[in-house]
Amino acid sequence: MRVMIQTAALMLALPLGAEELRGPEFFESIADQNERSAALFTEMGAVLTHPRCLNCHPVTGGPTQGDDMRPHSPPVIRGEADFGAAAMNCNTCHSADNVEFASAPGSIPGHEPWMLAPASMGWQGLTLGEICEQIKDPERNGGKTLEALWEHNAHDGLVGWGWHPGEGREPAPGSQELFGQLTRAWIDTGAICPE
Amino acid sequence: MTQFIVNGQDVTLDIDPDIPLLWALRDDLHLTGTKFGCGVAQCGACTVMLNGMPRRSCVTPLSMVEGSEVTTIEGMTGPEIEAVKAAWVAIDVPQCGWCQSGQIMSATALLQQSASAPTDAEIDAAMAGNVCRCATYVRVRAAIHDAARTLEL
Amino acid sequence: MSSMFVKALQPAPLLLPSRRMVLAGAAGLTLAFFIAPRGLRAQAPAPVIAPNAFLRIGEDDTVTVLSKHLEMGQGPYTGLATLVAEELDASWDQMRAEGAPADDSLYANLAFGAQGTGGSTAMANSWTQMRMVGATARAMLVAAAAAEWGVPEGEIAVAEGVISHGDRRSGFGALADRAATMPMPEAPRLKDPSAFRLIGTDRPKLDTVAKTDGTAQFTMDIHREGMLTVLVARPPAFGATLVSFDDAAALAVPGVEMVRRIGAGVAVYARGTYAALKGRRALDVTWDTAEAERRSTAEIFADFSAAAQSGGQTVEEEGDIDAGFAAATQIIEDEIRFPYLAHAPMEPLDAVIEVKDGKAELWYGCQFPTFDRPTAAKALGLPPEDVRINVILAGGSFGRRAQGSAHIAQEIGEIAKAAGRDGAFKMLMTREDDIHGGYYRPLTVHRLRAGIDDAGNITAWTNSIANQSIMTGTPMEAMMQGGVDPTSFEGSNALPYTFGSRRIGWAQMQSPVPVLWWRSVGHTHTAFAVESFLDRVLEAAGKDPLQGRLDLLKPEATRERAVLETVGRMADWQGPLRDGRAYGVAWAKSFGSYVAQIVEVEERDGRPRATRVWCAVDCGIAINPNIIRAQMEGGIGYALSTALYSKVSLGTGGAVEQSNFHDYPMLRIHEMPAVEVEIIRSSVDPTGVGEPGVPPLGPALANAWRALTGQVTSELPFPMQSNV
Repeated sequence: MRVMIQTAALMLALPLGAEELRGPEFFESIADQNERSAALFTEMGAVLTHPRCLNCHPVTGGPTQGDDMRPHSPPVIRGEADFGAAAMNCNTCHSADNVEFASAPGSIPGHEPWMLAPASMGWQGLTLGEICEQIKDPERNGGKTLEALWEHNAHDGLVGWGWHPGEGREPAPGSQELFGQLTRAWIDTGAICPE
Repeated sequence: MTQFIVNGQDVTLDIDPDIPLLWALRDDLHLTGTKFGCGVAQCGACTVMLNGMPRRSCVTPLSMVEGSEVTTIEGMTGPEIEAVKAAWVAIDVPQCGWCQSGQIMSATALLQQSASAPTDAEIDAAMAGNVCRCATYVRVRAAIHDAARTLEL
Repeated sequence: MSSMFVKALQPAPLLLPSRRMVLAGAAGLTLAFFIAPRGLRAQAPAPVIAPNAFLRIGEDDTVTVLSKHLEMGQGPYTGLATLVAEELDASWDQMRAEGAPADDSLYANLAFGAQGTGGSTAMANSWTQMRMVGATARAMLVAAAAAEWGVPEGEIAVAEGVISHGDRRSGFGALADRAATMPMPEAPRLKDPSAFRLIGTDRPKLDTVAKTDGTAQFTMDIHREGMLTVLVARPPAFGATLVSFDDAAALAVPGVEMVRRIGAGVAVYARGTYAALKGRRALDVTWDTAEAERRSTAEIFADFSAAAQSGGQTVEEEGDIDAGFAAATQIIEDEIRFPYLAHAPMEPLDAVIEVKDGKAELWYGCQFPTFDRPTAAKALGLPPEDVRINVILAGGSFGRRAQGSAHIAQEIGEIAKAAGRDGAFKMLMTREDDIHGGYYRPLTVHRLRAGIDDAGNITAWTNSIANQSIMTGTPMEAMMQGGVDPTSFEGSNALPYTFGSRRIGWAQMQSPVPVLWWRSVGHTHTAFAVESFLDRVLEAAGKDPLQGRLDLLKPEATRERAVLETVGRMADWQGPLRDGRAYGVAWAKSFGSYVAQIVEVEERDGRPRATRVWCAVDCGIAINPNIIRAQMEGGIGYALSTALYSKVSLGTGGAVEQSNFHDYPMLRIHEMPAVEVEIIRSSVDPTGVGEPGVPPLGPALANAWRALTGQVTSELPFPMQSNV
């Protein structure tokens, strides 16, 4: 419950509704580079803390699902490879593509690969500042340099799924292209984290 | 036209490639051991093996299995399925029986993937996707432990 | 189904193989033996041809019992076969079972006087009948052997499926032809219980092997040549009616053959399920909801609560209630609310029909053949004798397949009729159709009040119940006496507790939402209301939950006392709290059986987690302890699932808010407690076990949870977020 409440508070603090994402040019008017960088990350936060992304970045336990980020049903565990349990891994149900249900509205999401973010990349319940520090930390981000992080945000397919989540799911705000541009601008301005 | 292998036999189906594998198996190939319970990957009754791994056939479009090997409850062979079926009978697990093909497929997959006897927690994690409305869970658990003993895991 | 229902119906005469039946047997109608024709003997198993008697002996020595009770997991195939095999002195290995077809004249449930499965009556009503069948067949086989071998019957032995005299030995099959011509014994002798070798011992169910290798045939597994799959677009609200529909887009879906209007909605006929699903989705249907239930669950609860507060009509009264409350020094009150519940059997409802040359044959898990056969016949416009219903395995029911309205039979009959041609049709429901489909456990409000005096005696007890009647509007309505439907409150009355005074009231409520029996029927809510409220009353009176109940039991309540004492011993009861865990106790008598349970509960993530359950059951003579334990285990899991998760709610405007297992969740394996079952040794005739495992679990859980947290559970299911 604690996680949910903090997430909700975080969402309320976001600058915009979920549909739109402002590009780097919007922040050019911020004279102070550090402030601009932090503002850029805050804008990126609209994506990072969107349920399409957050659901597979749990801190403890398994993934969540839905816009209300309820526990995943059926229940699944992280497993040793962030890929579920023996005989009940992600690919038992998820596949390379979103698949519309034949007998009901909605769809089951899919992508190749489909897996949880590593436990070190758990975001649920964290403040945006904490997420930012974590994202920059090669100890926790899978050894990524900032350049690699940009590449990941701008081009990784599973990240990109957030904007193509299948029937019955609201996409993350903006586009992966815009998210990549924001990441680029944030890095270029010093990759400063918001408070 | 989708070509794949079902229970060791080459199969070619000239039907809508979007059809869930579940309905192709049941309606077109008359392999009815694989059951429909929810259609949305919530209950596990439709579990088959896809290239040796458990897979919910209700959310598997036929196009996805092109060139793959599909095994249903009817075609399962090997020490794990034999041990599981023997344990299921000895412990008399099924009640209504509708979910049991799926339970058995998941249990068999668990034992195939286990290097040692699965713990209760591992059984929970592997079997949590298989709903049994008759709540035969006490015996499902006992039977998996029993099968693991048979396999000397 | 309720025990009251059982009582209310006229019991049918015990149907035993009679001389007339033997004579009629020459025409192949009601003979107790049936031999597969010679040309088919090489095949195994032999094809079913007119299997319309209780048992059939094959040339291969197999003995097939035709079960007049639907096998839906509760074990009657095995149970009835056990009774026959016991008296037949058959070997268990040679026993088989299959469903008997719809035929009232042969297969009536002796508790109902009609063919049907319910009220946990299968073993109770078959106890004498099926043993008589076995004993009769044994006597005729012995007579045949005596004639064949020219020896006295009295010198012939039968054991483990072998008939012998000296060095002569024969299986049943070789003598079955001749046995069928032997005179029927006037009064075959039944074994003394001390001679039982099958009854009372564990054995796996006869249908278990087929349910582990995928060969078991359920309704949805049936295929007929040229069969079309039918899905019905159903109303979006209960009581909504069809105004019009446009089927152009549906008919354009490849595989969709036709679209027809039937009573239940708009039927889409297609080659295969997937095409039917796509076709149904492409329909454009307009509904009229003017007469529909448009109240939300909250609004329905408000109406029912007001009725419960008014007291309803008195269905039981004893002592002076006013004086009882006047003598009280403490008064406890509560209102407990129970939602609508869907049965959600794992195999959604379905039926298969084939119509050819003016005759119809059906295959499905038919639970009330007496209602279904004439209903299907009428829908088809055929005489009932031209409609054959093959009763086959059901993938669960929990009451859902037993409708007084016979709506499935009506629907499949209309589907075939509306097709306008001969052919085979399979109707099936999706899980969404099932959850949205009504025939729910009635939404119910209990209003309870109890007075306690200084000495801790319960001086007054009132319980007013408001819900819809299951029987009203069905053929069972004729059995309601004084406008009272006992299934609405069974378990709240006739309690064996010593109360100074008591009043039970019932207010019959109305709604277009169809309601139905649901595994343990009235006891689903009455046991919870009585046993959880009583727990609070006992606490207020300063009494231990277990000892307090024992002290309150009337002296004649010996079986109640035995199950409570037994379960207390099993759980090493030391009061409700121990080592950070809580223990709750409850019991109920339902369908003639007595069950007491103790639940061990921990708090996990703010919700109760049942870790262990002890269960003592007295169901009379235990025919197959394995099945009794299985039904207790399953009943406990079913009831735990219900208490923790189950709710069908109507939102604003009356639409059902749940649709599938993601929002109508089922208990899963990691939530299943360890279960220990003890069966009370008994020489009383057997009673049911399919339902009685269910009622005590919910209140025992709530009692433990209250002990642990102080929280009273006044609405089910338990809240998803707790304020612990």
